[in-house]
Amino acid sequence: MKTAPIVGTSVPRMEGRAKVTGEARYVDDMVLPDMLHGATVRSRIPRGKIKQITFGPGIDWNEFVIVTPADIPGKNCIALIEDDQPCLADGIVNHPEEPILLLAHPDRHLLPKAVEAISIKYEPLPAIFNMEESETLQQIVWGTDNTFKTYLIEKGEVDAVWQKADHIVEAEYTTGAQEQLYIENNGMIAAFNPQQGLTVWGSLQCPYYIHKALMKLCNLPADHVRVVQMETGGAFGGKEEYPSMIAAHAALLAMKSGKPVKIIYDRMEDMAATTKRHPSRTRHRTAVSKDGRILAGEIDFTIDGGAYKTLSPVVLSRGAIHAGGAYFWPSIRIRAKAVATNMPPHGAFRGFGAPQSLFALERHMDRIAQVVGLSPVEIRRRNFLKPGQTTTTGQTVKEEIDLGKLLDRALEFSDYQAKKERFAQDNQQSAHKKGMGIAAFLHGAGFTGSGERFLGSVVGVEAIADGSLRILVSSTEFGQGTNTVLCQIVAEALGLRYEDVTIAQPDTHEVPNSGPTVASRTVMVVGKLVQSAAVGIRKTLIASGMLSDSYTPEEFRAACRAYVAKHGKIRSLAQYEQPEGIFWDDEKYRGEAYAAFAWAVYIAEVTADLTTYSVTVDDFVALQEIGRVLHPVLAKGQIIGGVAQGIGFALYEKVIWENGRMQNGQITNYIMPTSADLPPIRVYFEELGNVHGAYGAKGIGELPMDGPAPAIINAIEDALQISFRSIPLLPEDIFVALSESATPEALASTPRGRE
Amino acid sequence: MSQPLLQSAKCEISLTVNGKPETLHVHPMERLLDVLRHELGLTGTKEGCGEGECGSCSVLIDGMLVNSCLIPALQANGAAIVTIEGLATDGRLQLLQQSFLDCGGAQCGICTPGMILASFHLLKKKPQPTLEEIREGLSGNLCRCTGYMQIFEAVEQAARRGAAT
Repeated sequence: MKTAPIVGTSVPRMEGRAKVTGEARYVDDMVLPDMLHGATVRSRIPRGKIKQITFGPGIDWNEFVIVTPADIPGKNCIALIEDDQPCLADGIVNHPEEPILLLAHPDRHLLPKAVEAISIKYEPLPAIFNMEESETLQQIVWGTDNTFKTYLIEKGEVDAVWQKADHIVEAEYTTGAQEQLYIENNGMIAAFNPQQGLTVWGSLQCPYYIHKALMKLCNLPADHVRVVQMETGGAFGGKEEYPSMIAAHAALLAMKSGKPVKIIYDRMEDMAATTKRHPSRTRHRTAVSKDGRILAGEIDFTIDGGAYKTLSPVVLSRGAIHAGGAYFWPSIRIRAKAVATNMPPHGAFRGFGAPQSLFALERHMDRIAQVVGLSPVEIRRRNFLKPGQTTTTGQTVKEEIDLGKLLDRALEFSDYQAKKERFAQDNQQSAHKKGMGIAAFLHGAGFTGSGERFLGSVVGVEAIADGSLRILVSSTEFGQGTNTVLCQIVAEALGLRYEDVTIAQPDTHEVPNSGPTVASRTVMVVGKLVQSAAVGIRKTLIASGMLSDSYTPEEFRAACRAYVAKHGKIRSLAQYEQPEGIFWDDEKYRGEAYAAFAWAVYIAEVTADLTTYSVTVDDFVALQEIGRVLHPVLAKGQIIGGVAQGIGFALYEKVIWENGRMQNGQITNYIMPTSADLPPIRVYFEELGNVHGAYGAKGIGELPMDGPAPAIINAIEDALQISFRSIPLLPEDIFVALSESATPEALASTPRGRE
Repeated sequence: MSQPLLQSAKCEISLTVNGKPETLHVHPMERLLDVLRHELGLTGTKEGCGEGECGSCSVLIDGMLVNSCLIPALQANGAAIVTIEGLATDGRLQLLQQSFLDCGGAQCGICTPGMILASFHLLKKKPQPTLEEIREGLSGNLCRCTGYMQIFEAVEQAARRGAAT
């Protein structure tokens, strides 16, 4: 009676066939009758008052639809956490690339020239471009103190510890902005008619974020705004918030023109104008005993939020909670702050603040090891969190995680000890310096603290006329495997076959709000809800007498068909309820920060070439405990893809800014890893299970972004004996450091003739 | 008022796309990418960067792998073009397409058509490529999701199954 297990097997990707045949429909593949093309006129300056807008000669402006802030029916804002970000700048601009005007025309080739022909006179105001300038408060560019949000996490008696510490280790670490660089640029189509209201189709992660933003902007009731997700060509957080802006622009043009309007960004506009990973600065001060035990720490974690609040408070929260990593801190004080500058707003990117604060911590652990005189392995082993101990927020580790064992396995897979010894020997004679680096870390799955309770996500499962089941969620597929894994869960829950289950296209008129597709929450949180909604269908069928307790998939389908024929439909909903015993204090930032943590140890092997100053990663071991692996191929794909982005974050991806404008907004000069650049990325799983997740799953998507950068920079320090504290680390940075290096060993084999 | 490149009069071009003869009236400098997508409705060919860096718009012209965003329509006159829509026959996936499905070579799918055509081209030249040859052969096609490893596996599997023959 029981069908073969589906969870834990690598069934074909639900929408995979459409993707390998080219049939999958992305927003730019969609054409509506009489459709216009839209374009955005943006600020060229970082901050100032708009004095005059001139529509230049040589263009027949009568052919164009032109939207200004005066055309906004509701509130001129992109509603998110706070309504501070305008949809169109009205009188004042606060960052380069800020949208000011919108144009639409039937011929998309005419738009770039028209945008060029509009000249805007500004009265410039002084602008600030980094955290340090923001903190001086010489220019107040947001609120009263340039501060979007602060958090304070406190545990134990930090101030009492400094006196008795054997060592106090202090250092500062920084990370740069990083572009998500999904290969499909952002795009939206909007259509409006007064009877049905507004519909937008687009490349996006969070349909209901857009729904909320459009209601407020367009002053429309909920049932007059419809948001539909098209196939989405990568997102990584980069399509969490900015799609609301593009949808808003397309909507305004569609409402004014009465015609459908498509806005597709080109690569340069997408890179320059949309969000990136927050630049960060982390200061560590750590009290350590002479045997290498952490006694206490102070961590100051600051991120640059750009000109508007957007999601910065949430990014800051995750970064702050992860700042203590996978270690036990008897006492700690974490101060976190998101500051305003006149940069385009920074936003969500896989990891969401954690890759920044964990980079600092995992570099700092190597530094502590040096000060104490222990190895990078031993310093970690002595300080790992153990079951029963508490995290920085006071959350007790309840699962039986053994990080020491995880570390041992990773060391074995990477042949760490033998290689480290061999490299130390070989490096003396070679201009190719090799090194090994470790990062051990954790990543919380799902929304932080009370976030899931506030969201109260709802999912549905329904049977359709042919007797198959259809999942109704607003959780989106953008490559991670949402469609596939949710269908696996429902099939498994009911003893059906994978092909008995499908998933609805996310459409706010069709699916309930299962929350945003972010925070590694989909499989764990939404998956669990989908599982219980599925069980509801079975209960109804059995209660109706149409299905017996024991059934074959065919019998189940027949019962669904019979029920639908008789009653019209059968639908089961499930809503999130906070599990018992979960406590979180939003004021004091204490308690159960996450329902589950995934744990990992990553090891990088690198070669630094003293002739070219370039670094290659030669081997990469990624070992993690992510609860139960529901789909081995997809899970492995998530890890490898995340590691690849982490390697880019560490070694390649540098945004060049000038007065707040991105100067290298092309794939030609913003460099992401190619197939020729990456090492073998070897993925290993431990599976402990998780009582809160569907079939024991935890979140997985963001975890692999956290470890690669510190592991690689630690390995570079092992190779070169130079401590780098800032990423991205490019060959020119290594050249400068080597040139200035005081360590004669490091310079001994440098080709001095080149210097 | 038009962009200069598209001011010139339209011209007639004849070409074969996925084995089907086509005669089209196009601006000579229109991008082949746009001709395929807009004139022929073959939207499987994707635009990622518009400057020949990402490879998402890869197609075959007379057996050569090109970025269709860099090819003016006139240059395709008389050519035989293969796009992703031309690989499966009678609804049966080409071996490479099946291997991309099996091995996790496609995640978000936006680079997939170009990546599969680049793989197809590689296997035509080297039916049993080494890993290094696969890395090199696909280095003009960017993928942000997979980190490439499962794409390499897909190409290796397809080669083993005889995709080139």
